[in-house]
Amino acid sequence: MWEHLQIELYKVFKRPRTYLSFAAITALIGVIQLGLWVDGKEYADFVMADFASSFSVDGKILNGYFICYVILQLLLVHVPLLIALIAADMISGEANMGTLRLLMTKPQSRTSIVLAKFLASSIYTVLLLIWIAIMGLFLSMLIFGTDDLFLMKSSYVVIVKESDVFWRYAGAFCFAALAMITVAALGFLLSFFAENSIGPIVATMSVIIVSTILSTMNIPLFNLIKPYLFTTHMITWKEFFDFKVNDANEAIIGSIQNPQKIVQSASILFIHIVLFVGTAIALFRKKDILS
Amino acid sequence: MQQIVKVSGLSKQFGSFTAVDQLSFSVEEGDVYGFLGQNGAGKSTTIRMLLSLITPTEGNMELFGLPLQSHRKEILQQIGAVIEKPDVYKYLSAYENLKLFARLSGIKPTRTVLMNQLELVGLADRAHDIVKTFSQGMKQRLGIGIALVHNPQLIVLDEPTNGLDPQGIADIRNLILFLSREQKKTVIVSSHLLNEIEQIATRILIIDKGKKLVEGTASTLINAEQAILEMEVSNKESANRILASSEWSNQLLPEREGKLLVKIKRSDIPAFNRMLASNGVDIYSLASRNNLEDYFLQVTAGKQYVGTFTN
Repeated sequence: MWEHLQIELYKVFKRPRTYLSFAAITALIGVIQLGLWVDGKEYADFVMADFASSFSVDGKILNGYFICYVILQLLLVHVPLLIALIAADMISGEANMGTLRLLMTKPQSRTSIVLAKFLASSIYTVLLLIWIAIMGLFLSMLIFGTDDLFLMKSSYVVIVKESDVFWRYAGAFCFAALAMITVAALGFLLSFFAENSIGPIVATMSVIIVSTILSTMNIPLFNLIKPYLFTTHMITWKEFFDFKVNDANEAIIGSIQNPQKIVQSASILFIHIVLFVGTAIALFRKKDILS
Repeated sequence: MQQIVKVSGLSKQFGSFTAVDQLSFSVEEGDVYGFLGQNGAGKSTTIRMLLSLITPTEGNMELFGLPLQSHRKEILQQIGAVIEKPDVYKYLSAYENLKLFARLSGIKPTRTVLMNQLELVGLADRAHDIVKTFSQGMKQRLGIGIALVHNPQLIVLDEPTNGLDPQGIADIRNLILFLSREQKKTVIVSSHLLNEIEQIATRILIIDKGKKLVEGTASTLINAEQAILEMEVSNKESANRILASSEWSNQLLPEREGKLLVKIKRSDIPAFNRMLASNGVDIYSLASRNNLEDYFLQVTAGKQYVGTFTN
């Protein structure tokens, strides 16, 4: 299994396509950082427009932590596509290249082949998230400096102390990795149904888009299924930035307002991963290799 | 001789289509087993079932004395295969592909072993070039190198000469003969190039529409003493009447492309020719055929001949 995982990782990182995602992330984050570096003050004024009359903010709103939050919100919509490019290609790409039949004549169990491939796509996903963290968080901290994190929620404002921010990002990135591995598992499952990469990639994105629409629309019928859609739980990383307050209405450092929600969402995402990968294993064990 | 492959009552259905129907055969150690059949006859499906790529609907397969279903891993460790096109990872070099598949086969070969393997298939000087730049023949040779890298006992080659030029075909033929004679490997080879099979196979299986037509040694199937005589004559009715009352009356075969066919001893051909001529039948052409291709065409076109040839 370990041997096979090494081989799968070797194949993934030998393909030029793999680095497209890293290049795309670098370009996207670079563009956002450049835009905010050049015209950041106007952007901050625009964001603060509704609060300008009631708040007087000392310090630097446009700091590295704030930039990273903006980047995360924007990128977590686009990252699934980059993950689908690899995960949805894991089986269908091999079938398309014709290497699947050669691979399957080797003395490896089918379950081990599926697990090695899924783990390889999960590791790729985690590395992509780490790259986002390096570019979005660390580089932004370097360029824009650090200060308290000022977040505008729908009906309130959250100010997270500078000393209380970093671990929240660590938690948010870990949660985002779990959410993106769920996307990878979906793409991976769909890759069993086609012998070219385009179909599963488009299908993965379609499922995510439709599920996201269902998750965001406030219609009673959809509200019934919302709790079971993985897209509903993919944005729970934001919960890491809501904290508890004491009786004096001061933030309790190191607290999370609703940790149960994070645990619940993580569990639902994990169940989805198990279901997707379990189904993939069950299908693959019975699959006739005709490619 | 040890039986390397034993297949009995093997069937595969895709929906209502029966690709392989109650097929039984066996391959012995040291055989070069030629697997023949027209396109869609069920050759590739059978080979894929032998390699556990396809699950049979019915039947048993034993390889090296072990049931395939319960000993898949142990059995596949002893098999090297090239199935149809030799598709490998195009973005990797020949050396990297060979190393990767060797590791998947359960071995960790040294650089020397890998280079020797590439030398064997004539790719040592292109070892570090990516496969994308290779010709079809080079890919085919790399595929065979991959099939052999873990020193398997049984080699399965499904249409190994597909897309190759005459030199490439000859190279594959020589390699199969080398593997069989020098390295004592057992080889199962399917091909539509019957003259190639004729030159290398020690035993042959012919299937049609998923069913076995005939199985036997090449020398049994292509009896040098026997020939199929193909004739173009001035008057077929008259020739048929004369033949019906001759000693060869029960050896007349159904016509093919307007020509009369007779199974006859080679030594009888002059007498046969004289008999027709002396009875006023002009012979425009007379061809004696006894190669595998003719035999194959007759067997697959008119299955009633099978019994005659397998006895």
